[in-house]
Amino acid sequence: MQYSGLRVIWEGLTGQKGWGPMWRDPAPKTTYDMVIIGGGGHGLSTAYYLAREHGITNIAVLEKGYLGGGNIGRNTTIVRANYFLPGNSEFYSHSLKLWEGLEQDLNYNVMHSQRGLINLFHSDGQRDAFVRRGNAMINQGDDAILLDREGVRRYLPYLDFDNTRFPIYGGLYHPRGGTARHDAVAWGYARGADQRGVDLIQNCEVTGIDIENGRVTGVQTTRGAIRAKKVGIVVAGRSSQVAAMAGMRLPIESHVLQAFVTEGLKPVIDHVVSFGMGHFYISQSDKGGLVFGGDLDFYASYAARGNLPMVEHVMEAGMALMPMIGKAKVLRSWGGIMDMSPDGSPMIDRTHVEGLYLNCGWNYGGFKAVPASGHCFAHLMATDRPHEAATGFRLDRFATGRGLMDEEGTGAQHNLH
Amino acid sequence: MSQSHRIDGGQIDRSRTFRFRFDGVGYNGHPGDTLASALLANGVRLMGRSFKYHRPRGPMTAGSEEPNALVELRTGARQEPNTRATVAELFDGMRAQSQNRWPSLRFDALSVNDRLNTFFTAGFYYKTFMWPAAFWEKVYEPIIRRAAGLGSLSAKHDPDVYDKGFLHCDLLVIGAGPAGLMATLTAGRAGLRVILADEDFRMGGRLNAETFTIGDQSGAGWAEATVAELASLPNVRLMPRTTVIGAFDHGVYGAVERVADHLPEPAPGQPRQILWRIYAGRTVLAGGATERPIAFPDNDRPGILLAGALRAYANRWGVAVGKRVAVFTNNDDGWRTAHDLAAKGIEVVAVIDPREDGPEAGSLRAIRGGEVVATKGRLGLTEITVRSGKGRLETLRVEALGVSGGWNPNVNITSHHRSRPVWDEDIAAFVPGAGGPPGLMAAGAAAGRLSTHGALASGQAAALEVAEALGKQATADTLPQAEDAPVNIRPLWQVAKEGRAWIDQQNDVTVKDVKLAHQENFTSVEHLKRYTTLGMATDQGKTGNVLGLAIMAELTGRSIPETGTTIYRPPYTPVAMGALAGRSRGREFKPFRLTPSHKWATEQGAVFVEVGMWLRAQWFPRPGETHWRQSVDREVLQTRKSVGICDVTTLGKIDIQGTDAGAFLNRVYANTFATLPVGKCRYGLMLREDGIVYDDGTTARMGENEYVMTTTTANAVGVFRHLEYCRQCLWPDMDVQIISTTEAWAQFSVAGPNARNLLEKIVDQDISDAAFPYMGAGNVTVCGGLRARLFRISFSGELAYEIAVPTRYGDALIRRLVAEGKEFDAVVYGTEALGVMRVEKGHVAGNELNGQTTALNMGLGKMVSKKKDSIGMVLSQREGMVTEDGLRLVGVKPVKPDGKLEAGSHFLPIGARPVLANDGGWLTSKVYSPHLGCDIALGYLKGGTDKIGQRMRAVNLLTGLDTEVEIVSPHFFDPEGERLRG
Repeated sequence: MQYSGLRVIWEGLTGQKGWGPMWRDPAPKTTYDMVIIGGGGHGLSTAYYLAREHGITNIAVLEKGYLGGGNIGRNTTIVRANYFLPGNSEFYSHSLKLWEGLEQDLNYNVMHSQRGLINLFHSDGQRDAFVRRGNAMINQGDDAILLDREGVRRYLPYLDFDNTRFPIYGGLYHPRGGTARHDAVAWGYARGADQRGVDLIQNCEVTGIDIENGRVTGVQTTRGAIRAKKVGIVVAGRSSQVAAMAGMRLPIESHVLQAFVTEGLKPVIDHVVSFGMGHFYISQSDKGGLVFGGDLDFYASYAARGNLPMVEHVMEAGMALMPMIGKAKVLRSWGGIMDMSPDGSPMIDRTHVEGLYLNCGWNYGGFKAVPASGHCFAHLMATDRPHEAATGFRLDRFATGRGLMDEEGTGAQHNLH
Repeated sequence: MSQSHRIDGGQIDRSRTFRFRFDGVGYNGHPGDTLASALLANGVRLMGRSFKYHRPRGPMTAGSEEPNALVELRTGARQEPNTRATVAELFDGMRAQSQNRWPSLRFDALSVNDRLNTFFTAGFYYKTFMWPAAFWEKVYEPIIRRAAGLGSLSAKHDPDVYDKGFLHCDLLVIGAGPAGLMATLTAGRAGLRVILADEDFRMGGRLNAETFTIGDQSGAGWAEATVAELASLPNVRLMPRTTVIGAFDHGVYGAVERVADHLPEPAPGQPRQILWRIYAGRTVLAGGATERPIAFPDNDRPGILLAGALRAYANRWGVAVGKRVAVFTNNDDGWRTAHDLAAKGIEVVAVIDPREDGPEAGSLRAIRGGEVVATKGRLGLTEITVRSGKGRLETLRVEALGVSGGWNPNVNITSHHRSRPVWDEDIAAFVPGAGGPPGLMAAGAAAGRLSTHGALASGQAAALEVAEALGKQATADTLPQAEDAPVNIRPLWQVAKEGRAWIDQQNDVTVKDVKLAHQENFTSVEHLKRYTTLGMATDQGKTGNVLGLAIMAELTGRSIPETGTTIYRPPYTPVAMGALAGRSRGREFKPFRLTPSHKWATEQGAVFVEVGMWLRAQWFPRPGETHWRQSVDREVLQTRKSVGICDVTTLGKIDIQGTDAGAFLNRVYANTFATLPVGKCRYGLMLREDGIVYDDGTTARMGENEYVMTTTTANAVGVFRHLEYCRQCLWPDMDVQIISTTEAWAQFSVAGPNARNLLEKIVDQDISDAAFPYMGAGNVTVCGGLRARLFRISFSGELAYEIAVPTRYGDALIRRLVAEGKEFDAVVYGTEALGVMRVEKGHVAGNELNGQTTALNMGLGKMVSKKKDSIGMVLSQREGMVTEDGLRLVGVKPVKPDGKLEAGSHFLPIGARPVLANDGGWLTSKVYSPHLGCDIALGYLKGGTDKIGQRMRAVNLLTGLDTEVEIVSPHFFDPEGERLRG
């Protein structure tokens, strides 16, 4: 069914009776060409692009809970292409281009809103690093504008410019950066994949990966065994556990990252603002809530919830940057499980098991990557060759030392990225 | 205006009158009122508008779960949006405005959305606004954003002060209703340290809103007497106006105390709110229960309240929400409202009970088997239509309707560790499940014990259990007599009747939306929530969630427990960001670290710069210098000509001692340290485990088993943490002790041809070149006996020393050095001159030590010893990290002397386009060199070593700067190092 304004009006006039299910709830078949483990953003977009770009539709996406219930349902919804290391640059640039046509491609309004991202800097050294970054962004074909202090004030007059511990020197403005409605991205891809014949199977937890003679043959699940020629693991914070079913020990640690939303407010923050000195980033959703986050809770955890010290740390940074938010009330907090990698960058690669593919290591930046991650992973699974925008995301880069992408420069200490 | 709806009774102080204004209109109320109770007393039912359809709304509840009566409280910078009028304690002079309406609350233009409701269903926005593509950001989204949101922030800096504190107790009791009071009393009498926190300003919970008796007292009277006894116990801390917001790990609970929200503004120095971190040995959640509505057409009009709220307004606040009322209830508790109101002289026209077998009606008119099927009254309820069990329709004129669909125990905090509540068929509600936060148990209504006796008994039992667990003797006193009525309920979620029936009132989620979600296969409760926004309003689903999921259960044919709940998350009620931040804002966001010469530098008029937590002198302007470059150039030139002094205390200093100290250093540094003789220092390069350079600095051997390490300013904390990790976790058998002494020593660099001449005037020992050669180190005394450390090391490239004295002598030492330096025209220089001199010398610093570069990149590859193992050595030799065409540190000079350079610019071949394929690297640091008379820079260039002498472009696309440059050695100044050995 095609969605459109006319359709909304027609259904409004006829009692909304025509809307069908956004996706089916099929029972799992015993055999598929491909199985995607994980019905989050990356898994659903992988299935969508496998079907759309490669014509492979005999696919099951296996989700242990509900579709889109992982990190795509719990993030701060920021979309940007402001990386500066080769490997990352071309990938996120590719992703942003996919975002820019996503509504029309999916026929689903994911509310991708390019309201502009401003990264603030607070010292000469930080400015130098942002100049380096901005130049890399432009060299990649993306956009970046250097703002001085007055330039920042023009866009963000509500920041504390006068009584601040770390003076605002300026900012790097990325006009094409912005936000999207995170749940809608999952649903849009799910609907698109389902329409093309992909089976989206919820409440189906993978409990084992079947391997014969070094080749994957299928998976064991809570809803029975499913055979498949190719299996893709796309399970973010649970990557280590699922990969262990195939005998792999991944260089991934799972950490909890909290995020927050306030009660609905009339528009007051128009951009995405990022405050490096406090590690705080904020935007305002179309519904009116301020959406923001900060650092990891620093300890490895699968608990999907955090603790007060980081809550306070984030709020302190927010109040230091923009003291007007003191009377905004935090409505909800939540924790996502982040698949932190040694260099802070992801992996989209084959594994030592033939037919078994891995997509993980998104750290806390996976949301913006959803379109390109699925697009490139689908390409890899369909053709056995990496997509040209994701050639750097090799699993062996830690062994070879070639093409490491440590944008933060913190090294192989997962919780510091 | 007169208080037209005020009736007798209640716990308000009628001897005093408060004046307040709502939307500019003046009213009267009394101490003890909330804004909502005072407005209702004045006959005002309309207080807000809903989020989507802008439906007129009045209060639905009398508590913190209120979804409708949200206002902007106060004005100016203190304006607080989305304040729940039902818990806003009235004060004299209160100013409140309605929100999310234009131009006025009564006539709201956006209520046109209500007319368009047939189009504006759940999730309609996902299906449209896509054509033409460019219109989303330009047209559709701006309109949607302007229409969305509830109240407004002032956009002014929050002028209030917030505080934080820690509390410790044996037992934290959350909620001061009958269960919480009884638990506190039992534990308090047994001598436990108890904290009793309650969100209300008056303790007693539902007892204040009921006409129950406890023993021979009224319920409220018993509560008051109990609170008085608890107040007399030194081991009990009573915390009214304090909401426990969440259960965190290890028995830590967050709580927000509203210290001054009931005052016109906080007294000078008084915090508005305090965030308490409560460390509780055990916790009893006695947070009560929240009533839930029934879905029937137009069940959202001002004047339609939950039945319990209707009687709370009458009993606690002496307010008749309406003078003619009806009650619609599927359980016996709703009948209490009817009886209480009737006893107050309010005309109760009927009790509509869908059950045939409800309680005795007495003098009330019961419509058994009945349901409310329609309501009227645009800005306030005027009539309801009731369908009797026989299908007969009857219209009743009423001003208020009390609705009760049953009570939901407030299980929220028991589920903050993600355990799920379980469905209790007997009371038709969720009660706490297993696996809650360790040490937490629920009592009273929160545990599903909904009678007063049940609350008292379970509160006492919980306290006894806690006392026993903690090894204290507690007594089970005889409980006072209290009602123990069973919960008689027959679930009724929705009335079968065409029309719009609200579930989540604030977000305008109706039964139709749940049906549409079901039709579109959003049947998981999480999908239901996210698609329809059910439960995402400011009441966090307290009023509507169970109703919504029950209706979804009916649609899917699954049971309610199968359908399940969404996840309960902190905070329990919304919390001001200011309270969670406390005092850490503005200049107090992070502490300032000041160097020992800070006072002196301030006296000199130094310009300071933030360096991490430190404030360092950036340069020292002298009279007549109008541009910072003049000051910096002078400091550089004078240092190189004679002598300069710089406070380098900020560099990290770590004392490393023990018989294995040398071996330890050999492992943490890439280069060799075991061979370092006593009395010498050496430049050390520290790698991370992944082979990337982590830090650098000099380490001196002060004695056989004593070393002093210096680190960069930026990594001082990190390196110390790293060494502790190595010592404690990697090699616990080594005899090594470390301590950070960064704050213990004031350290100054003295650099320049006259450095020795100056130091000889204050150092008591012989420091001639022979006695104290280049890279010498040792303990000395200065100024006639003050112990000091002297290192002959140089960052500037000059003959240079670093002299350290105990920090408390730092101020005296800088003054002495300056005084003694007069004869040499000594200058004191800041971080800018320091930066210029180190770039001239080609020393790496923060911009080069960026955590992404190897020793090879820096031209220091030979420093990584292969003869021994050290952290990072193996991984630094990975094939991808030792390539010949990798990045190398180079020097950069503009071809034309007046050519400008900017750090962060990228290298491009001459004539090449600025695309990634042509990108050769970047400029890391740039300074103006007064010696070379031009800009110079360091940079990382691919294959840079082979490109010395070549020309390239340094391009900054952000500023348009495009300068032709020559690639040179990074050692611009005295490359042979003759000066520093002088």
